[in-house]
Amino acid sequence: MSVATAAPPTTPPVRSAAEKARWSQRISARVSSAGLNVAVVALTLAWIVPTLGLLINSFRQGGAFNTSGWWTALAPPYAFTLDSYRAVLGASDLAPSFFNSFMITIPATLIPTAIAAFAAYAFAWMKFWGRNWIFLALVGLLAVPLQLTFIPLLTLAVKLGLNSGNTLPGGLNAGFLAIWIAHTGYGLPFAIYLLANFFRVLPTDLFESAEIDGAGPVTVFFRLVLPLSVPALASLVIFQFLWVWNDLLVALIYVGGTPEVAPLTVTLTNLVGSLGQHREYLTAAAFVSMVVPLIVFFSLQRYFVRGILAGSVKG
Amino acid sequence: MDGSLGLIARMPVLQVDWGTLVSVNLPTLLFVVVGVPLALVGYIVGADVLVRQLPKRSQPSVRPWVWVGPAIIFVGVILVYPMVGTIVRSLFDRHGSTFVGLGNFTRLLTDGGILIVLRNNLLWLILYPGLVLLFGLLLAVLADRVRYEKTVKTLIFMPLAISFVAMAIIWQFVYYYKDPSEPQTGIVNAVLVNIFHGQPITWIQDTRFNNFALILIGVWGATGFAMVILSAALKGIPAELLEAARVDGANEITIFRRVILPLMMPTIVVVGTTMVIFALKAFDVVYVMTAGNYNTDILARRMYDELYSAGNNANASTLAVILLLAVVPVLIFNLRQFRAVEERR
Repeated sequence: MSVATAAPPTTPPVRSAAEKARWSQRISARVSSAGLNVAVVALTLAWIVPTLGLLINSFRQGGAFNTSGWWTALAPPYAFTLDSYRAVLGASDLAPSFFNSFMITIPATLIPTAIAAFAAYAFAWMKFWGRNWIFLALVGLLAVPLQLTFIPLLTLAVKLGLNSGNTLPGGLNAGFLAIWIAHTGYGLPFAIYLLANFFRVLPTDLFESAEIDGAGPVTVFFRLVLPLSVPALASLVIFQFLWVWNDLLVALIYVGGTPEVAPLTVTLTNLVGSLGQHREYLTAAAFVSMVVPLIVFFSLQRYFVRGILAGSVKG
Repeated sequence: MDGSLGLIARMPVLQVDWGTLVSVNLPTLLFVVVGVPLALVGYIVGADVLVRQLPKRSQPSVRPWVWVGPAIIFVGVILVYPMVGTIVRSLFDRHGSTFVGLGNFTRLLTDGGILIVLRNNLLWLILYPGLVLLFGLLLAVLADRVRYEKTVKTLIFMPLAISFVAMAIIWQFVYYYKDPSEPQTGIVNAVLVNIFHGQPITWIQDTRFNNFALILIGVWGATGFAMVILSAALKGIPAELLEAARVDGANEITIFRRVILPLMMPTIVVVGTTMVIFALKAFDVVYVMTAGNYNTDILARRMYDELYSAGNNANASTLAVILLLAVVPVLIFNLRQFRAVEERR
């Protein structure tokens, strides 16, 4: 019989250590559960408030955003309007740049994804001279600042006639071709890195049995590798699409302000200045530019987490 | 909206030709959407047919080059060739004719203005990866324990779908400054004035705060990326491991420090190095928010200026090489990590 257990309950400080721990654990669990929810909700709110503010301002009547904060619009009387969206969608220069953005983004997503898939397949499943070194060099190029490439590439593009003034056979503006090639080069290191890591962990027996059945590498690639890699391909497509669609720097460098080739980001940057006295339109213009990336993001996001997992976590 | 006005003034006004749009551009787009994939598939199928014509013995040594060839050519032309070209240009004068050795470097680095640029880059280099990792980790770990995790992650990730231009518009409203006599319309100053009874601050112009204000925008944009990858790593930690630690009486903070953190370290390193590279290459936020004014300039933006406003190839190339030199340690670190992983396979 120990003294501690015999001690009457009138002296609570003598509770056993285990009991004490359990008790404090229960309290801290309660507190931390409430604290946890508050913390998560607060952080999330902090993250969406900037966008939310813009969204609300984009539905307010002209000039209202300039005299009172967007939060005042949340209290009655409500006075929301679609005026800004009407004005922006009616603005003549937005439609062509929408088109240009697609014209730039679709090939600039497809080409690097396909070429990276070819290369990643070879890196993962073929043996050739210098394979590891070439792969290492490619990964190293991930760190090269794009700015480093602009001057020599621009010189080269002009020499080859790939500046945005020229028209290629078929009516294609040469500026488009230049920007596709540029985005392909810039996107390849990350794309190959991501896909090779994913292809490498595909089950070996699958390939062996396919080879025994007499399937060539092209058949294996299209029938086995690609269908099995949908998550990785989807996440790569999202990244590349978002990066190209939202890119301003590369577009400015290679097509400059040439209106026939200017994508949405360039036009929007122009609007920021030219709409000086109609700043309310900017809010709507910003949202118009977000629509396509958000659609792409929401429709492909379920593949996203699984795809990106491939290389980073296993490593 | 001050900073952006400067850069806009340089641009021509856009004029639309609807006739060309419908009659020429639309068919071109269709042609491209169909033609590009066809060309890509055609290349690999056609090349393989050609490889099959070769003698059986040499096929295995030729075939891999058909598959990696296009990638090597693109990367060679778009990344390697210009990299070498830029390094060479940085050793010549602005006309590219006279060899000046390291003259460009000594001249640029002794210029007083560059010190502020380097200081700002250092601020970005420390704060941006640090804060992105901090918030990314915090959100990944906390969101893991609530039922509405998916909603939280989607909302945090959303800024990645927003272009820097739209981002600038969003944040110019957030940081907006109004004279103290008027109601504040930017939320930051509104909170400052109405809740803390302070004076409104010109966040974008005030040199005491503006760099931090800009870095915060970058952090806001990149945290979703870090969070998604870190959260994926977190989900990879076996639940039994955490359960065992809990049974042993470890509290949540100890579990995080002793179990979760060490297991997530490789992923944290990957995200961290990526963010360091992003910080060095940072351009867009400063370009659209201040155009480098008010002591917020950074290397990549300064380089753009040298190239397009000043037309000084030598200075621009030199700045690019300085950027590259700063990236080299990260690059070496990355290669080491990669080889370590390869050896374990």
